[in-house]
Amino acid sequence: MKLKSLLVGLGLLAGVGAAQAADDPFKVGFVYVGPVGDLGWSYEHDRGRQELEQFFDGKVETTFVENVPEGADAERVITQLAKSGNDLIFSTSFGFMNPTLKVAKRFPKVTFEHATGYKRSKNMGTYVLRTYEGRYVSGVAAGMLTETNTIGYIGSFPIPEVIRDINATYMAAKSVNPEVKIKIVWVNSWYDPGKETDAANALMDQGVDVLLQHTDSPAPLIAAEKRGMRAIGQASDQSSFAPNAHVFSVRDDWAPYYIKVTQEVMDGTYEPKDFWGGFSEDMLSLASINDNLPDDVRAKIDETYEQIKSGEFKPFTGPIMDNKGNVVVPAGHSLTDTELAQVNWYVEGITDAIPR
Amino acid sequence: MDIDLITQVLFAAIKTGTPLLFIALGEAICEKTGVLNLGQEGMMLMGAVVGFMAAYATGNAGMGIIGAMLIGMLMSLIFGFLVLHLGANQVATGLALTIFGTGLSAFIGASVVGHTITGFQPLNIPLLSEIPVLGKVLFSHDPLVYLAIVLAILIGFVANKTRVGLTIKAVGENPHAANAIGIKVLKVRYLAVMFGGAMAGLGGAYMSLVYTPMWVENMTAGRGWIALALVVFASWRIGNIVLGAYLFGLASIMHLVLQGMGWSISPNLLAMLPYVATIVVMVIIGADKYKEKLLAPRSLGKPFDPRQMA
Repeated sequence: MKLKSLLVGLGLLAGVGAAQAADDPFKVGFVYVGPVGDLGWSYEHDRGRQELEQFFDGKVETTFVENVPEGADAERVITQLAKSGNDLIFSTSFGFMNPTLKVAKRFPKVTFEHATGYKRSKNMGTYVLRTYEGRYVSGVAAGMLTETNTIGYIGSFPIPEVIRDINATYMAAKSVNPEVKIKIVWVNSWYDPGKETDAANALMDQGVDVLLQHTDSPAPLIAAEKRGMRAIGQASDQSSFAPNAHVFSVRDDWAPYYIKVTQEVMDGTYEPKDFWGGFSEDMLSLASINDNLPDDVRAKIDETYEQIKSGEFKPFTGPIMDNKGNVVVPAGHSLTDTELAQVNWYVEGITDAIPR
Repeated sequence: MDIDLITQVLFAAIKTGTPLLFIALGEAICEKTGVLNLGQEGMMLMGAVVGFMAAYATGNAGMGIIGAMLIGMLMSLIFGFLVLHLGANQVATGLALTIFGTGLSAFIGASVVGHTITGFQPLNIPLLSEIPVLGKVLFSHDPLVYLAIVLAILIGFVANKTRVGLTIKAVGENPHAANAIGIKVLKVRYLAVMFGGAMAGLGGAYMSLVYTPMWVENMTAGRGWIALALVVFASWRIGNIVLGAYLFGLASIMHLVLQGMGWSISPNLLAMLPYVATIVVMVIIGADKYKEKLLAPRSLGKPFDPRQMA
């Protein structure tokens, strides 16, 4: 993808010269970790970008660079975007945190927004989805659907977001099925369909019959479909890959946030914040709930969704014990957003240790 | 670990190793004639997308295989023309082929993203597949797995026991001498490059038709590069390539299975396992007294111009 980044960079450089003469459109840049065609995480960010462009109808111009590796390459790509006249840059993966911060310091006039991280500065805010809300509903469904009382979770990297979601999944599953166990496999990648398939099969070989994934390709759903098991889609609607296995997909929708922030920066009212969006902001939704689910499961899914959406139920409400016997959330307390961003424990009942 | 799980793991290891085997076999022949083609990942992706589209359009996975091999050959011809005819740098051209294939496959595949096909069904070999453990591990795969093994045996035989194999070796070791005794060096290299292309296409088709029957961008996720490394570690020997591919498959599966069993080893370390294990074994195998045999084909990466003497 180096060539592509370079071309984008050159194109943008050429664009700056031309734009200064004409009426300046507001320029927004996006950095993606995967390909826009992953039908998962990056695909949804790009859908948000397209909606942003449509919404402002010519007043906003967007560029994106896809397949950007987390690390030194990211810094180069973000610098290029900043240099070439973008007023606002969204970097959309956890591993872009430090590169974004570094570039933000060098370009104080450009606004930066980083997804899923926790470092902010004068001109850099963060935004994140309450993916754990989706996981909680997924966990309820998985706990009710499993016949072997074993559900499987394909993890990418052991970062707080993923750990938190594993906890949400397991607490939810246990709330409807006290016997349930969870098996966790880390694939060390956000996107590797082959490896995700291997992980799905390895889990199913060990008795898992409902799969959840925190990786971005639809491969685990296909693996589950082949073996007559169940799986829950991640980030975008993945139902077409597994008509029978698919329970529902927890779908991301970034457009409302992208539109809001762009408007704020254009108006000069922008303040860097730590923004969290979930069911109640319609930034997360349950897509294509399968008609083949038993009625009681379907009813429970709808009920849990409504309870979380209305704010009546918050998944991380105490008392919660970790798997070493410490109280991590005292009775009556619900984790604040800051605390949610720092979850580094497994809840009671998960027998694994968090990899270090 | 119970016997069922071991069976499943070995079964999965063979499946995981198969795409690497296809590509590494093709590249080994290509390199034996002195041509280094780093475009494997690009050809593989093109094979994956064209194979998937052909299978999707015709409803016949066999057509997918044919389509994938043809596009692989076509891609390799572009490479062949540049490096063999025009004498372009093989490394740079190969890298360009990978970038080209990655982009082009994403472009032409956009219309089939989100579709699925049935792909190949497993083919249980009668009697043999009923042997306990071994039957499941070796004889209940999809047809492409058997094809890979048959091809490996055939290629091994041709490379080591036949006149064709000698010709390939002569061209790779000393193209000028080969030229002097009347071997058409460029023709041999063209054929080898196209063979490599067809095999890379086949490896790609295995990914999109069997392994994960779908098409998404960049779905091979670096397997073309692993296969390239495998050829070197196997010191260009067909037997070692077979072993290396399956070993790599086994180690990649093991690290997932061990995690599922609750081993709390860093997944980063476990993820290194396939690479480390494969390299270590290949180095040990490679360190024998016939060192001369293990060296790379002597003209590897060098263009051949019959008007110039070495």
